[in-house]
Amino acid sequence: MALVLSEDQQLLKDSAKSFCEQIAPVSLLRKLRDSKDEQGYDQAVWAQMIELGWGGMAVPESYGGFEFGYGGLGVVLEESGRTLLSSPLISTVLIGATAIFELGNETQKQQLLPQIVAGELLTALALDEHTTHRPSRVATTATKVEGGYSLSGSKTFVLDGHIANKLITVARTSGETDSEQGLSVFLVDAAAEGVSIKRTIMVDSRNSSNVQFSDVRVPSEALLGDFDGAFESLSKVLDIARIGVAAEMLGSMQAVFESILVYLKQREQFGVLIGSFQGLQHRAAEMYSEIELCKSAVRAALSALDDPEKSSREIAVIASMAKAKLSEVFFLVSNEGIQMHGGIGMTDEFDVGFYIKRARVAQQFLGDAAFHRDRYASLNGF
Amino acid sequence: MQSLQDFREETRSWLEQNCPESMRTAMVQEEVVWGGRNAQFTNPDSKIWLERLALKGWTCPTWPAEYGGGGLDKDQAIILNEELVRINARPGLTSFGISMLGPVLLEYGNHEQKLEHIPKIVRGEIRWCQGYSEPGSGSDLASLATKAELQGDTYLINGSKVWTSYADKADWIFCLVRTDFEVPKHAGISFILFDMASEGISTKPIQLISGSSPFCETFFDDVKVPASNLVGRLNEGWTIAKRLLQHERTMISGFGLSSGQSDNGGTTSTISSLEGTAMSYRGDSEKLSDPVLRDQIAQFKIDSDAFAYTSRRSIEESKQGQGPNATSSMLKNYGCELNKRRYELMLQAIGSQGLGWEGKGFNDEELQLTREWLRSKANSIEGGTSEVQLNVIAKRVLGLPDILSMAQK
Repeated sequence: MALVLSEDQQLLKDSAKSFCEQIAPVSLLRKLRDSKDEQGYDQAVWAQMIELGWGGMAVPESYGGFEFGYGGLGVVLEESGRTLLSSPLISTVLIGATAIFELGNETQKQQLLPQIVAGELLTALALDEHTTHRPSRVATTATKVEGGYSLSGSKTFVLDGHIANKLITVARTSGETDSEQGLSVFLVDAAAEGVSIKRTIMVDSRNSSNVQFSDVRVPSEALLGDFDGAFESLSKVLDIARIGVAAEMLGSMQAVFESILVYLKQREQFGVLIGSFQGLQHRAAEMYSEIELCKSAVRAALSALDDPEKSSREIAVIASMAKAKLSEVFFLVSNEGIQMHGGIGMTDEFDVGFYIKRARVAQQFLGDAAFHRDRYASLNGF
Repeated sequence: MQSLQDFREETRSWLEQNCPESMRTAMVQEEVVWGGRNAQFTNPDSKIWLERLALKGWTCPTWPAEYGGGGLDKDQAIILNEELVRINARPGLTSFGISMLGPVLLEYGNHEQKLEHIPKIVRGEIRWCQGYSEPGSGSDLASLATKAELQGDTYLINGSKVWTSYADKADWIFCLVRTDFEVPKHAGISFILFDMASEGISTKPIQLISGSSPFCETFFDDVKVPASNLVGRLNEGWTIAKRLLQHERTMISGFGLSSGQSDNGGTTSTISSLEGTAMSYRGDSEKLSDPVLRDQIAQFKIDSDAFAYTSRRSIEESKQGQGPNATSSMLKNYGCELNKRRYELMLQAIGSQGLGWEGKGFNDEELQLTREWLRSKANSIEGGTSEVQLNVIAKRVLGLPDILSMAQK
């Protein structure tokens, strides 16, 4: 297990870092928010990201990708987290490409993955139906009809739903609402009749939506993965996504912490730098330690994803470990980010507010710390 | 040049032939080998195992062969360790000579000092203790006042130390002494070695809240020490002292990894699975029935996982052979806090059975747990308190301004 970056990963990280700093700083997100941008992401910046190959980071070469593995995608996500880059990177590259690769048949992979790599296809995962994440809690139904299926139900917290061309939709084909059995995944055209997508303006200024399916007809070929038995592969996709989001959170919390350190070394009160106060020093030192643990957790998790020997169960354990830990520490660091900057931390003009807003959304997304501790315990047999 | 694969095969077959069967089982506290002039071998195999390892220098695999060490490079040492772990081999020797003194003596000692002391550490012939803390100098270690005065070619040492681990069982001491009272406190300290059998030394064990007495008060009354026993330069002992503390902290941080040696505060408790114990004491079969404890144990285990990855990462990152650095403070602090959390959760896991002190009604593991829980409270005090570690991180890692040093000047 590689816990330090390879030379290739380090180069990739450096180039992603300078791209994000120069092309997509936090001011870009601020601009999108203030201008109430319809798309919620900057298409020109996204085009440059595609140009850099970020669309095919973890996609194998045989499907047009660049095969940097999840370790490669992870460092890009980490750097994008530093500047809170709002783009389809998570919805389409991290989740969409992974779902198609893990669930799809050869035809679907050949057809769709190159489109993602080329930036021609945007996807969104339509899974959650309630205010808290629980992947088996699916009431949206898909019933067999002539030539395909009919989907009905409603989804919430659908990341990038309003810009997606295709909705990767989890629906129930049999069983009770809470059962892990009887789930299937469908690729639904966003433009299909009966699909209604309403963008929700979220606190982190990224793009979410509520999606309604009313007797939406999809052809048989729209089925992605096993009919009635998608839960296991879906869980793997979710685990990869959770680890990717943890990598993004790692970048964001480091940015907050660096900002705290700068402030502690420049702000004077009582005639001295506030960074000389032990009350603040110890809190900073504790945050540093927690962030170091987060770094190791993310590196270990990413390297597990690229290790073909790891079982799905092992990946599940490490994904829940990472998502729980990162969610918890990002909570701490984002709160301290406000408190340690004092009044200035409360102003909209200062960037730290964007991070606490992003923190809460990222914490909730695909399961918060409590969800993952519970899952970790179950996976470990207690 | 021997390939690593060859080295692995040779090592594996040597271990197969030389590691006694009883040394391939989990260590029990009574059989930990500390070596020394009065070395105790409760299990005779321990003696054989130590002698065989020492002959190859494998009690200290990476130390130079010139001084009796194994002379292995980093990659070979990793292989040796993997092979030892593979057969579940016990450590042949546990000593402060290996974990603390040896590395700094190799770095700062002169040739004669290394030649005199290092081979004996490797072979476990001399048991060392650490003369650091004093009654008036705990966290503010540099304020120490034990005095060494040069008279001819001998230092005359007077003063006292406290929290000296196993001073009553040790043969030699590595000791911080004040050699100049006129300069700022850090600039008047020297690092010196002497025989605990010297005239004028007395020790008195301190009974801890756990009932055991691993620490002593140590008194020096006109102890005569040859001037040649001073390590490094006169009055420059603080640098060595700090370096040694990094090694000590790295050792103590291992307590957080649940595979440490108990006698200096780590875990050997035979009750190893927190969640399994909690479930069996409650009669739970599939899921721990106490949801709060379940959540706390999950949180603890997640932190332990992340900490174990961090320890490994820090080893990978220091591959250039720089040894421990300021991150040792982070590992020490976190590892100790984790170990304390483990014991608190263990007590919760077994309820009132974890609160026995002695006698009937409790089994040995339960009684040992109570004592270890109490002993673990020292983890965040010994080797520099958690608060001191946080100070070190703030100053040395984060570069925050130091209000304390201004106050001291």
